[in-house]
Amino acid sequence: MSHEEYSFETKLLHNRHKFDKATGAVSVPIQHASTFHQSDIDQFGKFDYSRSLNPTREALEEIIAELEGGTRGFAFASGMAAISTAFLLLSAGEHVVITEDVYGGTFRLVTQVLTRLGIEHTFVDMTNLDEVKAAIKPNTKLFYVETPSNPTLKVTDIKAISEIAKEVGALTFVDNTFLTPALQRPLELGADIVLHSATKFLAGHSDVLAGLAVVKDEELAKRLYFLQNSFGAVLGVQDAWLVMRGIKTLNVRLEKSQSSALKIAEFLNSHPLVNNVYYPGLKSHPQYQIQKDQAEGAGAVLSFELKDEETLRLFVSQVKIPVFAVSLGAVESILSYPKTMSHAAMPQEEREQRGITNSLLRLSVGLENPDDLIKDFSEALKFVESKQLV
Amino acid sequence: MVKIDTKLAQIGNRSETATGTVNPPVYFSTAYRHAGIGQSTGFDYVRTGNPTRQILEQAIADLEGGDRGFACSSGMAAIFTVLSLFQSGDELIVCEDLYGGTYRLLEQGYKKWGLNAKYVNTCNVGEIEKHITQNTKAIFLETPTNPLMQETDIAAVSEIAKKHNILLIVDNTFYTPLLQQPIQEGADIVIHSATKYLGGHNDVLAGLIVAKGKELCDALFLYHNGTGGVLSPFDSWLVIRGMKTLSLRMQQHEKNAKVIVEYLSKHEDVTDVLYPGRGGMLSFRLKEEAWINPFLQGLSLISFAESLGGVESLITYPATQTHADIPEEIRTAAGVDNRLLRFSVGIEDAEDLIADLEKAFINIKERVNA
Repeated sequence: MSHEEYSFETKLLHNRHKFDKATGAVSVPIQHASTFHQSDIDQFGKFDYSRSLNPTREALEEIIAELEGGTRGFAFASGMAAISTAFLLLSAGEHVVITEDVYGGTFRLVTQVLTRLGIEHTFVDMTNLDEVKAAIKPNTKLFYVETPSNPTLKVTDIKAISEIAKEVGALTFVDNTFLTPALQRPLELGADIVLHSATKFLAGHSDVLAGLAVVKDEELAKRLYFLQNSFGAVLGVQDAWLVMRGIKTLNVRLEKSQSSALKIAEFLNSHPLVNNVYYPGLKSHPQYQIQKDQAEGAGAVLSFELKDEETLRLFVSQVKIPVFAVSLGAVESILSYPKTMSHAAMPQEEREQRGITNSLLRLSVGLENPDDLIKDFSEALKFVESKQLV
Repeated sequence: MVKIDTKLAQIGNRSETATGTVNPPVYFSTAYRHAGIGQSTGFDYVRTGNPTRQILEQAIADLEGGDRGFACSSGMAAIFTVLSLFQSGDELIVCEDLYGGTYRLLEQGYKKWGLNAKYVNTCNVGEIEKHITQNTKAIFLETPTNPLMQETDIAAVSEIAKKHNILLIVDNTFYTPLLQQPIQEGADIVIHSATKYLGGHNDVLAGLIVAKGKELCDALFLYHNGTGGVLSPFDSWLVIRGMKTLSLRMQQHEKNAKVIVEYLSKHEDVTDVLYPGRGGMLSFRLKEEAWINPFLQGLSLISFAESLGGVESLITYPATQTHADIPEEIRTAAGVDNRLLRFSVGIEDAEDLIADLEKAFINIKERVNA
């Protein structure tokens, strides 16, 4: 059986970096060196300066490239550093069509940084292909997709968008943070670049900030490499090692969190104090079928809208198990309030238009026993009911 | 006020009150629990702020005499974050003898977004004003320059910047706040590749920014957090650890550099030695370009490698390493020719370094005569 035939979960552990060639060590060594001795003036070795290439970072870059089915991977200091660097492939005067319910940090980047460099954008509902087509301009060079989206979990048809992009000679970037290659491989569906906040499910332990990009086309990979090296927002070696360590348990973590997420979504969906549950694993989700066709699961993030803001405040004050914090994709469950956390960078009007209301909570389901989580939520909701009866 | 070497030795000490640990803990956590809605501890998400990184950021701000520091994932990420202050149509005046990575970023990066750089010999302060237009938004300089080791009068340039209401940005990588504090001389922003002297051990890639003035600091925070090229907690801790010995290291770097300058100045195979009189960096030219390779091959103690500012001595060939991205014509005209070598003098014993150089010079003779 050759290495290429291994299934995904085997590849997580048995890739070309399964052991160190010099010593046989089964964990990739952390190479702290910032510079590398050269033995010839004209013929430099493969490594010369750590920003340009480092053996530890390279191992992670090769692993993620293989998992996403791309030719080359790139590791960055944060998800935003990966996203920023990828956007800089564009020049002044070029235009991006971008999903409207994009992560607040990406929204800030596009509206406050890229506009200053002369890069234009149009926000669209990516699930509405007519709206996407109508937004195309002669200078459109990029379609930027997040699926499922953050925090309303809308699902975009990656194949359909990449086809539209190809027709007009534009690129497609997909932020694959919520699903990871364990569940969705956008390059196989026609995307050109896959982006990750590896801080989330890939690393999975709330202990490292990291971003990754994977490119399919070798020419495009060369251009992205140039930017990674020139702008220098690269990942530190200790952090690269932590991400690799996290990736080894990606599949078991995600499977467990995903099955719990469905149980919790069903529980919330049937509760009278909950107005809406956004989770693409529910049959009632408007893009349930697309999600089923393009991914191997619905992931472990869901959002739910409570009756009103007062209900939300009482609920949050009573919930005991999930940490109330920003971020997602960790071993511990994380409950976030998009209004003041992930989407605080978005003006109120824009936020509400996207369904990110004052009574919306996002839940990233961890590895706790799902019955404990449901009991915790059930008790908190009971408390709200008792308060509101008075 | 305590002196700078005391400040350096004490970075982060007593910062942690829960356990009394002397050395600051490394906080790996990416998220911070909120006790309730709107009840932040001041830390929400690691990209925005991290307790370990904050110690480093406050320390460098204090050492440079600025209001706020920002730690970045590399020196280039620090420069990129600072350049985010500008937009299409803006112009920068940049010192012509410049690190190749910065030149590449400006020419192959920012040019396509309409930000233009004019390269000027900033050591000649009178030259600068001639190039200022209504679009000029900042002067960016390295002093001493890399690799020609020329110093610019920061205070004089800052007067010009103030007169025209533009920013002065100084790359202080070669001197560190130990030898030069540009903000005290009127600069608005200081940049460091902390990979070099501040980190000091060739084991961590890092960049730092210090700025003066609330508006400027707020804008830099937006871009630092917004574009995300931030330094990790562990690497922040490594830089802090390095900075504790900065004063001792720099004394030894400078002492050794002076001995080597004297040795090289007298050597018949050397035409020029470029040294500004302080710090641990120097450059020199061999008589013949063809001697460069046998010289480098003859070294056994000193490493031939890119980078600088570490405890171990490194010699770099700017033509093919640090300045490879600058077209040869422009490079040579500015003085970065094919006979030039840059020497980051380490903290080894000076006699051992000279013995190694001596062997390299002998190797030239043997190879050329062979």
